[in-house]
Amino acid sequence: MDYRIGIDVGSTTVKVVVLSPTNELLFRSYERHMSQVREKTCQLLQQAAPYVQGRSVRAAITGSAGLGMAKSAGIPFVQEVYATAEAVEAFLPGTDAVVELGGEDAKIIFFGGALEERMNGSCAGGTGAFIDQMATLMNVTVQELDELSAHYQKIYPIASRCGVFAKSDIQPILNQGGRKEDVAVSIFQAVVDQTVSGLSQGRELKGQVAFLGGPLHFLKGLRARFQETLHLDDDHALFPENGDCFAAIGAALCAKAYDCTTADDLLTKLASSVDDRGLTETMPPLFCDQSEYDAFLARHNAASPQILSLADYTGTAYLGIDAGSTTTKLALINDHGDLLYTYYASSQGDPVAVILQELKKIYAITGGRVTIGGAAATGYGEELVRAAFNLDSGLVETVAHYTAAAHFDPAVDFIIDIGGQDMKCFKIRGGAVDSILLNEACSSGCGSFIETFAKALGYQIADFAQMGLFAKHPVSLGSRCTVFMNSSVKQAQKDGATVEDISAGLSISIVKNAVYKVIRAASADDLGQHIVVQGGTFLNNAVLRSFELEMGRDVIRPTIAGIMGAYGAALHAKSLRLDRSAILDADALTRFTHSAKPATCNLCTNHCALTVNTFDGNRRYLSGNRCERPLGRAANSLPNLSRWKYETLRAYKGVPGPRGRIGLPFGLNLYETIPFWYTFFTKLGFEVVFSEESSRRLYAKGQQTIPSDTVCYPAKLMHGHMMSLLEQKVDAIFYPCNSYNVDEGISDNNYNCPVVAYYPELIAANMPQLKKTRYLDPYFGTHRPKDFEKRAAVYFEKEFSIPKAETVAAARAAYDAYSAYENAVRAKGQEIIDYARANGHKILVMAGRPYHIDPEINHGIDALATTFGFCLITEDAVAWRMDKAPRKVLNQWSFQARMYNAARYVCTQPDMHLVQLVSFGCGTDAITTDEMRSILESGGKLYTQLKIDEITNLGAVRIRLRSLMAAIDAHEISEKEDV
Amino acid sequence: MAKLEYDENGRLLFTKEMKQEYTILMPQMLPIHFGMFRQMLQLEGYQVEQLNNCGRNVVDEGLKYVHNDTCYPALLVIGQFMDAIRNGGYDPHKVALFITQTGGGCRASNYIHLLRKALEKAGMGYIPVISISFGLEKNPGFTLTLPLIRKLIYAMMYGDLIMNVANQVRPYEETVGDADRLAAQWQSRLVATFQTGKGMSRGQMRTIFPQICSEFAAIPVSGAEKVRVGVVGEIYIKFSALGNNALEQFLLSEGAEPVVPGLTDFIIFKIYNRVVDVDIYGGSAVKRAVCRLFMRYVQACQHDMIAALRASGRFRAPGDFADLHRLIQGYLGDGCKMGEGWLLTAEMLELIHSGTGNIVCAQPFGCLPNHIVGKGMIRKLKDDYPTSNIVSVDYDPSATKINQENRIKLMLANATRIREQEAAATE
Repeated sequence: MDYRIGIDVGSTTVKVVVLSPTNELLFRSYERHMSQVREKTCQLLQQAAPYVQGRSVRAAITGSAGLGMAKSAGIPFVQEVYATAEAVEAFLPGTDAVVELGGEDAKIIFFGGALEERMNGSCAGGTGAFIDQMATLMNVTVQELDELSAHYQKIYPIASRCGVFAKSDIQPILNQGGRKEDVAVSIFQAVVDQTVSGLSQGRELKGQVAFLGGPLHFLKGLRARFQETLHLDDDHALFPENGDCFAAIGAALCAKAYDCTTADDLLTKLASSVDDRGLTETMPPLFCDQSEYDAFLARHNAASPQILSLADYTGTAYLGIDAGSTTTKLALINDHGDLLYTYYASSQGDPVAVILQELKKIYAITGGRVTIGGAAATGYGEELVRAAFNLDSGLVETVAHYTAAAHFDPAVDFIIDIGGQDMKCFKIRGGAVDSILLNEACSSGCGSFIETFAKALGYQIADFAQMGLFAKHPVSLGSRCTVFMNSSVKQAQKDGATVEDISAGLSISIVKNAVYKVIRAASADDLGQHIVVQGGTFLNNAVLRSFELEMGRDVIRPTIAGIMGAYGAALHAKSLRLDRSAILDADALTRFTHSAKPATCNLCTNHCALTVNTFDGNRRYLSGNRCERPLGRAANSLPNLSRWKYETLRAYKGVPGPRGRIGLPFGLNLYETIPFWYTFFTKLGFEVVFSEESSRRLYAKGQQTIPSDTVCYPAKLMHGHMMSLLEQKVDAIFYPCNSYNVDEGISDNNYNCPVVAYYPELIAANMPQLKKTRYLDPYFGTHRPKDFEKRAAVYFEKEFSIPKAETVAAARAAYDAYSAYENAVRAKGQEIIDYARANGHKILVMAGRPYHIDPEINHGIDALATTFGFCLITEDAVAWRMDKAPRKVLNQWSFQARMYNAARYVCTQPDMHLVQLVSFGCGTDAITTDEMRSILESGGKLYTQLKIDEITNLGAVRIRLRSLMAAIDAHEISEKEDV
Repeated sequence: MAKLEYDENGRLLFTKEMKQEYTILMPQMLPIHFGMFRQMLQLEGYQVEQLNNCGRNVVDEGLKYVHNDTCYPALLVIGQFMDAIRNGGYDPHKVALFITQTGGGCRASNYIHLLRKALEKAGMGYIPVISISFGLEKNPGFTLTLPLIRKLIYAMMYGDLIMNVANQVRPYEETVGDADRLAAQWQSRLVATFQTGKGMSRGQMRTIFPQICSEFAAIPVSGAEKVRVGVVGEIYIKFSALGNNALEQFLLSEGAEPVVPGLTDFIIFKIYNRVVDVDIYGGSAVKRAVCRLFMRYVQACQHDMIAALRASGRFRAPGDFADLHRLIQGYLGDGCKMGEGWLLTAEMLELIHSGTGNIVCAQPFGCLPNHIVGKGMIRKLKDDYPTSNIVSVDYDPSATKINQENRIKLMLANATRIREQEAAATE
């Protein structure tokens, strides 16, 4: 046998190994390539060359970024999972399964029986790059993150599907004072959960399991999480010495099939392919020359507030603090709005410490000459910061930004703010915020994304941005979320794009994301005439330029774009007209202490993960709660139809009967038809058994059997419901397929969505556990009662030998029970409306699917809304009041049709407002959301969409609801003024 | 200049005048089938042009005008139209658009509405959109006359056969392009034959089918048998090169032979659903009988096609609709009909049974029916057929080719190994 070289070019690293003829590992190297893929590979290969000097070698390339390089250099390519399997078979015989995490890929290989290999799909980024991003977010190195995780006390539930989701879970925990140690371990647990649930898909990870790839090689905390989650002792969890280079070793093994060459020849081939440009699509440069850039700068620097020296100032000042998700901003202004002091920097995971330091600095500079006349906070950490420093007021960030923008251009009619984590856009009409668009949790690849990327490539953000300005061929990277952009960048790297081109491409893609994904604009006219852009991300000139080019219009970017939220808060503090702020004074700050402790609230089934913040040893602030009960206050008593429906449906209890126990899963299509099927089976003499209440724990029970990681959360929960029914040892489980839904005469057709309709089929094919019981998933249509009677009679005679007449009678009772429930919902809805009107409360219609009333699915949004002073009803309470009307889209789903009608009804009621709940991944809502918006906006109402997933954090929902309330108030004030 | 006329719901109609003055743009999905459709429509007096524009511009236009979470095919088809109207040198006031409308619980039924919304948003609400469907929307200037429907159906069946044999020749042809040239020839020949009223009966099909087979069989080929890879999926992504990043081309370049089940089964499936609906939920027995009859006829034609393939002695023949329906038992119920429904899984089963266990299941990212019938069934297929080797690939505006190709390459590497193992086992 010959000497063999294996080269593994991953998304972030290059690995090169040399194997001797006896499979001895002569050389190995593992290094980050910082996007300089070809150069780095050549460099490593040069280091390896002495080991094979003068010998003939065989070589192969593997790895996701190696494909293009192999092609253009004419070197054989081996798929990396295949290569890894080869290496494991050769070096770790007897292994049952392999878990390999790479920079952006996660893979599982099962040996024994049929070899099975899986890679993560395109929407699953929780891997090495994800850990890098999280470390950046926490301002620690990956090694430090690993060390932190060793000292954890508790694990927070963090969405494990995709990096961006997890990020929006982690950020608030940090902002609200969660311990870094606990967050660190939670990040690793999220990676484990995602790998196990996303890739094992029903096949158990057991026996000898080998863990490979960089992250698993270097991170002890991550290894520990895997071992604990999979219940593997040290004998069964294998961490081989060269686990980070296994794919490269595998490539070397596979190279035996290819022709001989020499190290020099390989180097020549690689080096000569360096300048080979691929086919990545490119765009025109941002600036053609320096003069164009200079003119651009001059134009934007004109929008600037006056800046005074705080050291020379005496008098009253107003403080605004914007505790954003990744950065903390401060602005101190005088009575004219002139700036006395500003601060903009990373929160470093501890905004309180950052602000403490800044306040001390301000007090030191002013030396008692300045009186703080008011202080207000805004942003994610608003409540924490308010509590910590005893500020006078807080305001939702959308309003803070509008206040600031209006100061620069009173005629402003469109504001777009791109911050670290979120993107906010709103239109201004008649001096009030008219419609608010926030980015969905899935596309929050905003400022912090580009920063993380810069760091990953080894640059400071400012330098990185600057590099993009004069890039010759900015690469086209698409406009979706972070994970997608990562792989687009990978493709560009493969094709030999320069760092400059990637930098410019990232800026452009952030803008495209904002314009097409969030704003959904087709042209500049969709936005407005007076556009103000702000947020730290717009300080990046490449982003600003991209925005102007994309819109084909000049916009205003104030020089203080990064601190507009703080500036707005300061203006708000000024408007409070206090004599003196209650903010902690210099003296109090010397005694200031802050500690944070995790806790779990056990007052209800939500089991919120709380953080108890203690200031100065005695003042406490609690975060993470969804209601006011842990604060010691009585639970909110405003009526809530969602809660009422849920309690009514859960109150159905089975009665022991002669025909045995039949299980019904409490989810999807069965949710609303519980009264129907409960009555039907009870009448037939079955004891109806329901699955337990949905919860994260229930979800985890069935998680391993979910085949499609992009399906909606309500569907994924069904796997847990099945497990719950199995645990209750029912005689049979009934979960019918329903292509058709009830026909309420308000739509063109009465379908269910494909997922709701056929999920029983998927359950049957993916849950072998069901073989323990009798699983019945017949096709039924309840929309034709007479036909249903007939067909059900035949079916139940066949399955249970039930006389036909009995089934027919049960069916009739079932229809009666269903319409009784329907009427009860309507009556209760009316009662709530009456109550609200009698007591002067606003009414909020929560529009969604019947299963959106499940507290685990809506995460308590209904309860949250009532704490904001709304009386809450659901779409079915008002939809029936409208008849059918033509729609701009095909109105063919029953549940969705109700939402259209509810929206139309809300337009006729001045005191009603609507929010639409949308499950992430819901395909039909891609159609309904635009239609709902257009119905509501043409009726003079605000459209608010709340996207929900397995994430339990309600930070974004809070902002939306509070913005909605602020907008409603502004509307009411302006209407009064008009009168 | 044709006047704009609307129906009682405010839908812009395609008038008789427009038929004279307007150019109708139609999207591309299956080059052979759609090529014949286009020629037939032209012979009916319509000015039709088939869109072949592609590239980033198409996607960008789609992103502008279609909700980003809507399925990728809608985004592509609409993006292709918008790009063509804006950059294709047409007078926007003189074009109309063709789009198929299937109906059914999948959101694909909404394409036509999304297209109209997009036109509205772009300020081009004056462009009429013509629905190609069975009776969903009517237009005075365009009618699917019975003779035309008949031609379309026959064209579909000939298209399937040509696609099938061309796929079996292309990987091995000695002169690159032979199969495609012959396919193009046959398209024109068939359309000309239809025009004389011929070729459209079972009897005549039974003469023409063998001719097609023997002419393709005569193309000089060489080389060892390649690894066969089945392609199934959401109908547009499965067939359209624009949608699947030229998947067939990629498979060919990797030294594989693509096996793409045709359109006929899908059409029979859609008719059969109407029969099943009556069985499961009740409804008109007459409607059921008519559908049954129509279905039987198409099935009979399918049998002729399979018979011709078998008789050729050169080509593999696919299973018929009844085979697919038999194979799906124990997997999915007849009622599973939205999108590609149970047919998609059945096609995978048929491929496995006919020795093509390597399969790419292609779908738009987040495709609703495919959660169930694609990704949702792969586990069970793997359990039942351990050597089946299925890779599920998502397509969307930002999914990168490299990720898709890398996953397909893994499937191909496994395919080669499975083949070697099987060869070793038989020795």
